[in-house]
Amino acid sequence: MASVRLERVDKVYPNGHAAARALDIEIRDGEFMVLVGPSGCGKSTALRMIAGLETPTAGRVLIGERDVTALGPQDRDIAMVFQSYALYPHMTVHQNLAFGLRMRGASREAITERVGAVARPLGLDAVLDRKPSQLSGGQRQRVALGRAMVRDPQVFLFDEPLSNLDAKLRVETRAELARLHRRLAATIVYVTHDQEEALTLGSRVTVMRDGRVEQVGPPMEVYRRPASIFVGGFVGSPAMNFLDGEMAAGRWTGPASLALPLGPVPAASLPASVTLGVRPYDILIVASGQGDMPALVDVVEPRGNEALVHARLGPEGSGPEVRIVTPPEPLPPVDTVVGLRLDRDRLHWFDTVTGRRIGP
Amino acid sequence: MTARPRWGNVVLILLVVATAFPFYWAIVASFTPEARLFQSPSLLPRNPVLDHYRALFSQRDFWVPIRNSLIVAGTTTAFCVAVGGVCAYALARLRFRGKAPLLGLILAVSVFPQISVVSPLYLVLRRLHLINTYPGLILPYLTFAMPLTVWLLVGFFRQLPAELEEAAMVDGASRLRTMREIIWPLALPGLAATAILTFVYSWNEFLFALSFTLGPERQTVPVAIALFRGQYQVPWGQILAAAVVATAPVALLVLTFQRRIVQGLTAGAVKG
Amino acid sequence: MSRGTPTAEGREARLAWGLAAPAVGTILLVALFPLGWTFWESLHQHDLRMPWLGRPFIGAGNYLEALQDDRFRDALGHTLLFAAVTVTLELTLGCLLALAMNRAFRGRAVVRAAVLVPWAIPTVVSALLWRFMFEGRAGIMNALLVDLGAVAEPPVWFIHPMLAWVPVVLADVWKTTPFVALLLLAGLQNIDASVYEAARIDGASRWRQFIHVTLPLLKPAILVALIFRTLDAFRVFDLIYVMTGGGPGTATEPIALYSFNALLQNLRFGYGSALSMIVFGVTFALALGYIRFLGAGLTEARP
Repeated sequence: MASVRLERVDKVYPNGHAAARALDIEIRDGEFMVLVGPSGCGKSTALRMIAGLETPTAGRVLIGERDVTALGPQDRDIAMVFQSYALYPHMTVHQNLAFGLRMRGASREAITERVGAVARPLGLDAVLDRKPSQLSGGQRQRVALGRAMVRDPQVFLFDEPLSNLDAKLRVETRAELARLHRRLAATIVYVTHDQEEALTLGSRVTVMRDGRVEQVGPPMEVYRRPASIFVGGFVGSPAMNFLDGEMAAGRWTGPASLALPLGPVPAASLPASVTLGVRPYDILIVASGQGDMPALVDVVEPRGNEALVHARLGPEGSGPEVRIVTPPEPLPPVDTVVGLRLDRDRLHWFDTVTGRRIGP
Repeated sequence: MTARPRWGNVVLILLVVATAFPFYWAIVASFTPEARLFQSPSLLPRNPVLDHYRALFSQRDFWVPIRNSLIVAGTTTAFCVAVGGVCAYALARLRFRGKAPLLGLILAVSVFPQISVVSPLYLVLRRLHLINTYPGLILPYLTFAMPLTVWLLVGFFRQLPAELEEAAMVDGASRLRTMREIIWPLALPGLAATAILTFVYSWNEFLFALSFTLGPERQTVPVAIALFRGQYQVPWGQILAAAVVATAPVALLVLTFQRRIVQGLTAGAVKG
Repeated sequence: MSRGTPTAEGREARLAWGLAAPAVGTILLVALFPLGWTFWESLHQHDLRMPWLGRPFIGAGNYLEALQDDRFRDALGHTLLFAAVTVTLELTLGCLLALAMNRAFRGRAVVRAAVLVPWAIPTVVSALLWRFMFEGRAGIMNALLVDLGAVAEPPVWFIHPMLAWVPVVLADVWKTTPFVALLLLAGLQNIDASVYEAARIDGASRWRQFIHVTLPLLKPAILVALIFRTLDAFRVFDLIYVMTGGGPGTATEPIALYSFNALLQNLRFGYGSALSMIVFGVTFALALGYIRFLGAGLTEARP
């Protein structure tokens, strides 16, 4: 096992597009690091640079404190699970699993032993003689996993491995991966665009955008204390509500005459425009006339154990839309005015211009 | 799909008839005695004879041009698939500067009219004493066979998923090892299609074979047939018999491998 | 200046050039070098029948002579006519064919294979087959025409400067329509069936579906077929050499054949080289022009 570091890495393509800019990513030995962000944020590029499939235009890649920037993937002692699994279609499962060992000159006995040791816990020993085209999607995924495990590498790299699975299989496989991490005590770098996957799997999460790191930290910290409007809006579903407002005389005034104190933030350092962020779970629907502000109920989506309510701020619903999660009953009727009370302990404040978080 | 109007079937039937008729007619004629060839033609042979075929192989030694064609087309194909194949892999997969101009060059060369290079090739071959030899045909054939092969194989290699090679590299295989163990087996259908097409084009080539051979010992099949001369008149019977003999193996090749050939023709062209 | 990692990329580039070099070298040697030589030769006067005249440099002299050469102008006209007629016929018939083959029916593979055979045989054979069918007074074509009552007297096709073109064009169309049909068929199969369904729901008749859905989406394939066929038609040699020899006289002589005659029959190497350079120039210009159109066509037709 080893640590992984990208040190001030740039990746600029000949056509001028920059997939990474002064990227600093640090993954500790033995941790499960998830790189998450919207498509085009550079997470896959970062992973490929760790793998050696892309070379940085500037900066260094270190694996286990060794500078591997100039090395090809063959020499980095890493294993990768591709989004499409990339199983060798003309080889059997056994040959797929054995390929990496063969490339490193392992003896035939060692190969058979190792392949068996990996295939059994993955439930693949019955299909060792089949070709990938004869396997189900879940089986193929496990072969891809096995191929990585059989080589006992320093680092495991996963490139959106669950995106080809249906929802149910995805949840099952997620649990598998968590168990795997515990059992192998391996260093894992995992790329996904799904923020839910990131939160459930990672011991730490790196949120990326436009080739840069927006925030790094354990999942709960990224969820509870997003470092920017982008992170706040990206992590957590349904997404966080944002309301733009102005500072005046130490108080914040937002849309629909919503006025709130900021709490423990030194007033001197405040910018003029401040954006409030509040999650749908942290808003309570109360009777009209009560709470912090009125809102007109627009759309109600019952979801089983809870309901998602879309409401527009203001007594006539002329303000911006907010989303609120409420218990399934009683449901506020559509086109009525209700009151919204915000949980004071769960408010997030951001500088409207820079997007950065203000306060603790 | 829902039932199409019958005009489709009519077109197809007309098509197959129109395609097959010249062959059919030639086959019938090849079994018709010379004297009767241009008298009251009939759709079915009345008194089939084997004279023309016999003459073809005994008097005219038609085995010789067949042998020549096989050697020339075969060698050209083998060489081009091997050399052009690795070039195509580099063009399709590896990153390097100058790739686009190189592709452009290859495309441009495939457009060269043969007539534009025939005279210098003739002079060079004459200087090297290669006129009327096998190398003297194989070398000029590379003019059109090599760009064709590279172009077709680039199309095929591009269709192979890049992630397979990446997986192999991550697994520890060097580029060359990847080519051998992963690419090569998966590219076999493409290589086969390309080989067939290259072989067909080489077999059918006429201008170079006409210009660079002097006599029957090295002439290829198309040239031999075209230059059939009778003593008094054009020996149509033998010509047509030769045509049948020349066509039969090609027809068989096409009928057997039609799917591969279509793949080859359309892979590069439409999908670009 | 960003240094990146020169070794990894450099290694890949070196490997690439190593792999590509033999093929590229071959192409340079057997194609580019001779072309350059032909060009150089075309700038000289070089008549092998009159070696005492030497090989003086005359610049564009040969080309000027070509422009005033009636036989050359005729040949150019023949080539243009041949290209226009055959390409039009082949595209139309090929399209019909592709449409007819674009549905699953039993024996489709056999039909496709059967249709491919004319394309696969040597042009020489095709030329001879068709020559035979039109030959003499009692060839099968004449017999058919007389029987059908179309003509009273069976024409002698190959003696007549205009009539001689008929079997030539027919032979070319017969041989290469399958190739065009295949290209168009591949293009047809790339069209998503749901587009047609949407059109039907919108109330379009079959004809309108063809005009407004099929043709535009087929544009890339049509352009590719157009390029290949036009270039081939301009370079036509085998077919005419074997079928009519350019005759009667020079009535069916295309520019490639004229160049060939000038070179290897009249042994006028300088002039013949100029002619073949003109063939090359025309072909190349056409290819470039098409590629420009093809680029535009591709980006338009993408749904």
